[in-house]
Amino acid sequence: MANLVEQTAQSEHDIRATDSICINESQKQHKWYYNLKYLVVGLFFGVLFVKAEVISWFRIQEMFRLQSFHMYGIIGSAVLVGMISVWLIKRYRIKTILGEAITFTDKKFNKGQIYGGLIFGLGWGLTGACPGPLFAQIGMGATVVIVTLISAVAGTWVYGRFRDQLPH
Amino acid sequence: MLEIIKQPWPWYVAGPLIGLTVPALLILGNKSFGISSSLRHVCAMCVPAKIPFFQYDWKKELWNMFFVLGIFFGGMIAVTFMGNTEPVQLNPSLVKELSIYGVTDFSSLVPVDLVSWDKLLMLPGFIMMVGGGFLVGFGARYAGGCTSGHAIMGLATLQWPSLVATVCFMIGGFVMANWILPFILMM
Repeated sequence: MANLVEQTAQSEHDIRATDSICINESQKQHKWYYNLKYLVVGLFFGVLFVKAEVISWFRIQEMFRLQSFHMYGIIGSAVLVGMISVWLIKRYRIKTILGEAITFTDKKFNKGQIYGGLIFGLGWGLTGACPGPLFAQIGMGATVVIVTLISAVAGTWVYGRFRDQLPH
Repeated sequence: MLEIIKQPWPWYVAGPLIGLTVPALLILGNKSFGISSSLRHVCAMCVPAKIPFFQYDWKKELWNMFFVLGIFFGGMIAVTFMGNTEPVQLNPSLVKELSIYGVTDFSSLVPVDLVSWDKLLMLPGFIMMVGGGFLVGFGARYAGGCTSGHAIMGLATLQWPSLVATVCFMIGGFVMANWILPFILMM
């Protein structure tokens, strides 16, 4: 019986981890309000997005036309800082604030990263926003972006619906 | 100090701060940075329709929804209390190119000449908002992540599939911005 429960838990984890690089690997169970701290992180993130003009359609157009260094500087330095942080976390085995070990899961390659990546890129060039900036743009008062967001949810759903028929 | 906060922030300030989101989420609760998954959780919550891809315990990923809700409020706070007074300083050749298509309003971060409720049912606006959104949602899930999950988190953890995805994001964007978008804007 315990074995069966474990198996179900394992396959649930597999489904959740399918085509998702960011999944919750924590084993801990919490009350809902523990999640409020992520809202605070998101808040800082949203402010950064606006203040650094990352969510500007024009800035994205500049990037794809090689007319400005701004976005390359942002993404490049963000990756560098992220890389150093991850290295430090691994090197010193830093734990979470609740004492849990921090885990990293390797991403497996599949052709979806190519096909999906190209499709995503086309959409990014068009909307000038990846999923994060969509939320910030709506918050900023550009309410029509709700339409773009709903359409993105629809795109995700259609992918899920026809996932089996697509080359991976 | 207030003046500095009100001005747009340079890349070397904003970039590293965005990068710090990676360790912040890891240390707060072993969460890998990513945003597009939130769109999948919305599907799993609202319209799972017995599709295996949406049959998982989305409550486990509720943190991600709080995170994107935070981004929404962050956008709100930034424009209300820390708003830029000047329009975005753009490369003059982009300004010149866009003016050919009648895009002359640079006051907002979104191009209001193309993206607004009035323009939703015009062909360029419809393609950009409805079509673009669909491609972003479909492509991000097909690729297994978006700019945050692959380009930042994936590269920060040295995942080569994420590098492949990031290169493809850029190729798609270059093709769209340089060769397809001009035709759409002429419609």
